Amino acid sequence: MKYIGVTNHLKKCTKVISIKRDHSTTTNEKLQSVVGLEVHAQLNTQSKLFSGAQNTFGGLVNNCVSLFDAAIPGTLPVLNRKCVELGILTALALSCKVNEVSSFDRKHYFYADLPAGYQITQQRAPLASDGVINFQVFTPGVHKKPYNKSSKIKQIQLEQDSGKSLHDSDLKRSLVDLNRAGAPLIELVFEPDLEDGEEAAALVKELLLIVQRLGACTGRMEEGALRVDANVSLRRYGEPLSTRTEIKNIGSVRGVAGAIRHEIERQRSVLENGGKIINETRSWDAVNKVTVAMRDKEVVQDYRYMPEPNLPPLRVNLYTREETQDVLSVPLIKDRIPELPEDSRKKLIEQFSLRPEVAIQLVNEPVLLNYFHELTLGNTRSPTKVANLLLNDLLTVLNKRKFDVEDCVITIRQIRELTDMLLNKHINLDICRKVLDELLDSANNTSPLDIITKKEWSIVTDEEEITKRCTEVIENNPKLVKQYKDGKVKVFKALLGILAKNTSNKIDMSIAAAKMEEILKKL
Amino acid sequence: MNFNNITSKILFLRLLSKRFYSKIPAVPVVTLEKQSPKLKVDTNTIALLERLSLVKCDNVEGVEILEDSISFADKILHINTDNVEPLYSVLENENLSLRFDKITQGNCQTDILKNATVTEDDYFVAPPGNIPLHEVHDNECNQSLKENEN
Repeated sequence: MKYIGVTNHLKKCTKVISIKRDHSTTTNEKLQSVVGLEVHAQLNTQSKLFSGAQNTFGGLVNNCVSLFDAAIPGTLPVLNRKCVELGILTALALSCKVNEVSSFDRKHYFYADLPAGYQITQQRAPLASDGVINFQVFTPGVHKKPYNKSSKIKQIQLEQDSGKSLHDSDLKRSLVDLNRAGAPLIELVFEPDLEDGEEAAALVKELLLIVQRLGACTGRMEEGALRVDANVSLRRYGEPLSTRTEIKNIGSVRGVAGAIRHEIERQRSVLENGGKIINETRSWDAVNKVTVAMRDKEVVQDYRYMPEPNLPPLRVNLYTREETQDVLSVPLIKDRIPELPEDSRKKLIEQFSLRPEVAIQLVNEPVLLNYFHELTLGNTRSPTKVANLLLNDLLTVLNKRKFDVEDCVITIRQIRELTDMLLNKHINLDICRKVLDELLDSANNTSPLDIITKKEWSIVTDEEEITKRCTEVIENNPKLVKQYKDGKVKVFKALLGILAKNTSNKIDMSIAAAKMEEILKKL
Repeated sequence: MNFNNITSKILFLRLLSKRFYSKIPAVPVVTLEKQSPKLKVDTNTIALLERLSLVKCDNVEGVEILEDSISFADKILHINTDNVEPLYSVLENENLSLRFDKITQGNCQTDILKNATVTEDDYFVAPPGNIPLHEVHDNECNQSLKENEN
């Protein structure tokens, strides 16, 4: 009795304690990672944002610079019409609300590659706001199935790029090239809607495809035409956002995934060891695959934003198709939006009955997508087989040589001829891959047929020849034939293997298999 | 005749100048509002300002000038601006003029580099990053940094 009474008492106590402690304070609870992106995309224009100097990559050092870009006193900014057009086009493609009136501000900071001491940007009233980007997350090898994700866009603003600094740490100095100073950028600010690096990488890839379709940006990340800053933080599920760190200037899609994955792991281990995350800027070291803290972490910068006094407000016409030199018509720009990647994927799935992951991979490589459309024109070739050829075989050959898909020199005429030969079984897959490899080396427009004849790769489909070869194999391998006749069906594959070896893979195996079976049955 | 005409004109101008005053008061006007106590800038803020502006002002005279400037500017805080839209530019009602996307400038490397004291292979030569002025941290700041380095 006494014992029972004690346990009851204990039960009561534990109950009271558990009620008191409905918010657990343990650190072992699962942490959720939160990721938000800021993307800078260079606009694809002839001249710079506010000056008539050439906007180019890799020009003669300090040559594509106007007096305004070098901040010579007395010069004034004049906005490039094309930049406004491309900015609005991108905003509309991302379902943003374009603002009827937007304005420019000065953001001050001191750095040698910013001659004026301030950057002209849009802080108070950006060009556009409240958009959304929808995309599919699918990394072969990471995800089994693609899933949909979306991220809201806070705002899209026009701003100037800075010059470029080369750091010479031995001599303790920086070398400055102003060719990029004043180049036109759009900055896209995304809400922290993502959870990991793969989602962020998928978002960047989708954005890249969109701006390339629009012709707004070359998308050449290796040239810095599209740069990503990622804000990463961890929190317990359901709690408000915690302190974040910012990873600056990530220059590739895979870099985005790697940098964020690493930063999440770093923060998790800091928190699990009882540490604290400080608000700091880090950079991604793509070679060593780590994020490292940058120097300027102690002080929160005060940018001393102020309205740009030299530029009156920018106005656009939201309602009608009338436009003047200074007021662009938004509906007219809307008419010019091409088919977007999302629509392309839907079309591929609906019209060609491709699987979603195949559609995603095709759309991700514009060159392959173009091949696909050319090859499926007129409905003579099987879309699934064509897609498989492009994604499995062509891509494998390119990857093996570390070629960029963009640099693929194979012409549509060549790939068409080769595909027909493969689908009509004049060649087998093995030879097809070899031909693809040869085509990358050969002179422009060499016919795949020429290569096959030259290398004697053509396949034998002639039935008489095949019968002859089959009989040869059967005669030379009486043991195997006997085993087969005794019911060991597995041996059939071995016979075919010998046949393939004897003929150096040059005969049509499906015809050969049928023939072989036929002859064996007759025996 | 002619002479008379001129003297009458001068008389008229004198009359005008008596009736119309200059818009700038000859003596400083004391604001009716109570003067807020003079602001003191602490050493950390001075250090931050020096870092941001690359201007050295950490001496008695410099700090005094800074504090005087702040109290001078503080006067505008007494003005009631409720329901008044800020005016950012007198050209607010104008449209920003746009230019066609054509290359009209640049290609002038020699002009651009002309004013630079040090160049190397047509690059400007600059010190690495910002000039690090001495930094003052209070204990709290130091401590929090140490904690975070774990």
